[in-house]
Amino acid sequence: MTSGFASGAQVGHLLRELAPQVLGAVLHRFRDLPACEDAVQDALLAATVQWPRDGWPDNPRGWLIQVALRRMTDQVRSAIARGRREAAIAADVSLVVAPDLYHEPALDPDDTLALLFMCCHPALTPTSAIALTLRAVGGLTTAEIARAFLVPEATMAQRISRAKQSIQASSIAFGLPESAERAERLGAVLSVLYLIFNEGYTASSGTELQRSDLANEAIRLARLLRELLPRDAEVAGLLALMLLTDARRDARTGPHGELVPLDEQDRSRWDRAAIAEGVALVSAALSRGSIGPYQLQAAIAAVHDEARHARDTDWPQILALYGVLLRMGDNPVVRLNHAIATAMVHGPAAGLELLAPLDADPRIRGSHRLDAVSAHLLERRGDRDAAIALYRSAATKTTSIPERNYLLMRAAREPPSRADSGQS
Amino acid sequence: MKFMLMMNTPIGGDYQIMSWPKQDIEAHIAFMMDFSRQLAEAGELVGAEGLSSPSQAKLVRADRNGYPVTDGVFPESKEFLAGYWIVDVESAERAYAIAAAASLAPGVGGEPLFLNIEVREVMSAPPA
Repeated sequence: MTSGFASGAQVGHLLRELAPQVLGAVLHRFRDLPACEDAVQDALLAATVQWPRDGWPDNPRGWLIQVALRRMTDQVRSAIARGRREAAIAADVSLVVAPDLYHEPALDPDDTLALLFMCCHPALTPTSAIALTLRAVGGLTTAEIARAFLVPEATMAQRISRAKQSIQASSIAFGLPESAERAERLGAVLSVLYLIFNEGYTASSGTELQRSDLANEAIRLARLLRELLPRDAEVAGLLALMLLTDARRDARTGPHGELVPLDEQDRSRWDRAAIAEGVALVSAALSRGSIGPYQLQAAIAAVHDEARHARDTDWPQILALYGVLLRMGDNPVVRLNHAIATAMVHGPAAGLELLAPLDADPRIRGSHRLDAVSAHLLERRGDRDAAIALYRSAATKTTSIPERNYLLMRAAREPPSRADSGQS
Repeated sequence: MKFMLMMNTPIGGDYQIMSWPKQDIEAHIAFMMDFSRQLAEAGELVGAEGLSSPSQAKLVRADRNGYPVTDGVFPESKEFLAGYWIVDVESAERAYAIAAAASLAPGVGGEPLFLNIEVREVMSAPPA
């Protein structure tokens, strides 16, 4: 069965590609997520031991599916033997009688898609959905996920196990959603992938601004979803948004991990290949006509990325795109960004005017973001004292250490001298 | 032996980083980052966290029905916990030496702050 030797790293990489396909295929026959997930983990573990030692199997995916199916069949048999009919009832009993295990199951991309829909079900809390998606679809180990979220492994193991149990308890079906709820369910999948990306791009806690493994993983999952749904414009929009944002990763932090704002970044360090791919994706998606919020955010990111210098940014176009985004839904963060774009086009006073009503919006009132944006606009208007007070207020409210440090520095920095002020 | 080193900073005292000149804030941040990195490189760092501003803190207790009742932090508090390190070291003396190094974090004009660092040994779990 061997066809060449496999290094541990090659095996690990391939296994992560195959994990969701294998789990999807096993779930297709046995509808019990916790048991199927365990069986697939056993199969993956067996592969990490055997493949580097014995060489690649001729058909790695079929090998894994067979091992996992055999494990499931053993479990169902022993459950029946112990008289636990209820444990066996979920399984297709004919399989147990005549398991067709040596027949290579056809790869059904819908199984992977169904798995993604299941892990991102709106009945799960976002933290549960994120952990389960990374494990079951991303093929990450519990230890890897725990490290990415800076929690102990036992805590993450429990989070994943509870997520699987709540899928079982809510009788969430394995299958593609009916067309009536398809848009909502796909929205939930996109939102989970974007949360994973943001967790990696802007770590929500801790001293490191970026945890790039999670951003890479989110991009990988978005690529997978795009292969499964190549004609969906919002899926393309989300992938484009991730690529266009992630392209600035290296320029976004200074030598000591400090945050460098967009207008001060060294743009020669932006990833041109990622920008080209993102721009192509979002242009193609927008030309198809069904415009959604991810495509619009990607289009905005593209306008920023295409400016060679901060001063070349096409702010009128960004303002127009935020205008469209605002009409699609009332979101306070979009309002905040719309106010920034307005300030760039029509001056800081116009931006501050748009910020005023947000003080009464309970969704964003008192948040460090509102204070920080107000402070920037007040600073641009020349109202340095009011800006300092708001930078400090924002610094006491943020829970991100790099962000707090940036805000403290902003409050403390010398006002630009007369000689410099004409330069920017 | 594990120790928790707690950095307590006085409210309204010298540790008013907000009002410092820019280069002093920079020096202080760089000191703290180097400090944690050195502990990690020495194989002594178990964990470290900085806590958000005390103005965001709440005191919570349960009411008769077990629901949370929140209150701001009492204004008579003279110190607050700004952050902590947990270190795994050979001796209590080593933990004190680390605490003394943290105490020297620079403040205005690069002068050491001589912060109070509370050092408490972490209790071990009984053998399973």
